[in-house]
Amino acid sequence: MKAENSIKWGSIGPAAIWLAILFIIPLILIFVYSFYDRGPHGELIPAFSLENYIRAFDPLYARTLWRSFRIAFISTIICLILAWPMAWYMARQSVQAKRWLLFLVIIPFWTNFLVRTYAWIFILRTEGLMNQILLSAGLISSPVDILFTETAVIIGLVYTYLPFMILPIYVSIEKLDHRIVDAAADLGANSWQRFTRILVPLTWPGILAGSILVFVPSIGAFITPDLLGGARTLMVGNLIHNQYLVARDWAFGSALAFILMALILAILMLQAWLTSRNNRKGGAA
Amino acid sequence: MKKTGLVFIVVLMVALSCAGPQEHPYEMTDRLNFYNWSYYIADETIPGFEEEFGVRVRYDNFSSNDELLAKLQAGGSGYDLIVPSDYMVEIMIRQGLLEELNFDNIPNIENINPRFRNMPFDPEGRYSVPYQWGTGGLGINTRYVTEEVTSWDVLWDERYRNRISIIDNMRSGLVPALIRLGYSINTTDPDEINEARDLMIEQKELVRTYSSETYIDLLKSGDIWIAYGWSGDIYQVARENPDVIYVIPEEGTYVWVDNMAIPKGARNRYTAEKFIDYVLRPDVGAGISNYTWYSTPNDVAKPLIEDHMLEDPGVYPPDEVLENAEFLQDVGEATRLFNRAWNEVKSH
Repeated sequence: MKAENSIKWGSIGPAAIWLAILFIIPLILIFVYSFYDRGPHGELIPAFSLENYIRAFDPLYARTLWRSFRIAFISTIICLILAWPMAWYMARQSVQAKRWLLFLVIIPFWTNFLVRTYAWIFILRTEGLMNQILLSAGLISSPVDILFTETAVIIGLVYTYLPFMILPIYVSIEKLDHRIVDAAADLGANSWQRFTRILVPLTWPGILAGSILVFVPSIGAFITPDLLGGARTLMVGNLIHNQYLVARDWAFGSALAFILMALILAILMLQAWLTSRNNRKGGAA
Repeated sequence: MKKTGLVFIVVLMVALSCAGPQEHPYEMTDRLNFYNWSYYIADETIPGFEEEFGVRVRYDNFSSNDELLAKLQAGGSGYDLIVPSDYMVEIMIRQGLLEELNFDNIPNIENINPRFRNMPFDPEGRYSVPYQWGTGGLGINTRYVTEEVTSWDVLWDERYRNRISIIDNMRSGLVPALIRLGYSINTTDPDEINEARDLMIEQKELVRTYSSETYIDLLKSGDIWIAYGWSGDIYQVARENPDVIYVIPEEGTYVWVDNMAIPKGARNRYTAEKFIDYVLRPDVGAGISNYTWYSTPNDVAKPLIEDHMLEDPGVYPPDEVLENAEFLQDVGEATRLFNRAWNEVKSH
């Protein structure tokens, strides 16, 4: 019994301590701060007030939160539309080719995220690569200004998080039994029906996991909107970043961070519920 | 001599009584953590110091005073030498974030022009040593902007939609609007700040980007035609793109002085003081200003500044321009108003 206990604690202990020091304690601190007040020079003044939370729903900040939600949502949808066919294509290749394709999906991670985002500045700017190519191909007559718009932010987010969508969908396509698709075809399902009635439900867990993996970091993004949005399109991540590093209002920043966290948690719960519903449905079938 | 000995003993006692990794500040350490603005030093400045004193300098950059303050307030930044601007020195002194300097280690302080010593933000000059100074103004790409620009009004000119950049900072960002309205840039009146905010919101349509550093590249490449920025930054662009000129609008502008200072609790204080003294040498100081195109407060360095800069009224403005210009000062409680106003401009 005793030995069993020590094994148990020996194995869980380090992880628990790690989690407590690096995650739970800071989280509690932030939670406590979110009720504090800000001094004239950005000191944290202990207090208990809900003012920071009330302030967060001021139209000014609520609008930013909504914009972040919208941008993250659009990016997720675009990722999904791009990723599913790519994952499908990858999963249908020979083992050797699959290995290479997976490798290609992962390669961007070898370069620093900031460097890759800066590269987009060079591609998208007025005198940039994209405009030069489009101009010389005669597709446009004057350069288009994409850099420093919401579109540029979405391009940046889709580019950055696309692999997080491809990989889970790829895994779920890999796992599915292709004979089911053949059977559906034999029974007269056309390709659209096979896709919506068979493939989507069976790859649903991958779609959901990928969507979460894209949506959650997108909604909290602050570097992409700063660099590709030209700091003109403020997202909630920028707002939190500003409260901590510019306005020195840690209390308000903490409240915003908590609201964002609550939002993300709600989305994760929705995902869990959707997955379990899907599993039940799958089990009953 | 006696005094030094006494100090040494006291320091030794303190050092011995503290179990921590405290070290007494009268010895050169092998490391210096220097936190400076980006593009704000000559290529040879740091290597020169490293070589002469056998110190390894870790050099990091910030892009706004607020960022610097936030780092210090968070504690444990580990920096030994920082370069806050005038009003930020005032805030930091008030918050007890700076160490008093030991001028025994900084004899070259004599080189600083008396006008730049004991300035209002550090009246006794105990905490800060001026590094460089400059003005805020407009960088204009004359290839695209063919009219002669003399006024801040150009930032509200429809013709330059999408070709304008604005400094991304709650205090400096509102300056063009405050000046245009004829208010003090240090106003604490909520109505005046809100009016300035509305004017900046009105102008936001035309703005390509809010940026305190990346605008430099964009002005160079022609993506931005009119940049509200800092003198030296714009001169750095002008050096590579001769179409770009720097204009101080006739309504006036603001002058700032950036200062070297040592954060409270810095580990390598003596080394930092030595570095300050090194920067105050005429050749080193002039080297920095010749590189950055900012103005030097160092009288002995000035003769070593390249002539074309000394003669340029954008780099060394005539006295009447300086008299017409304000310093940014700490506005205390009104900081919140500025913060909110700027957030509203940015999230509009």
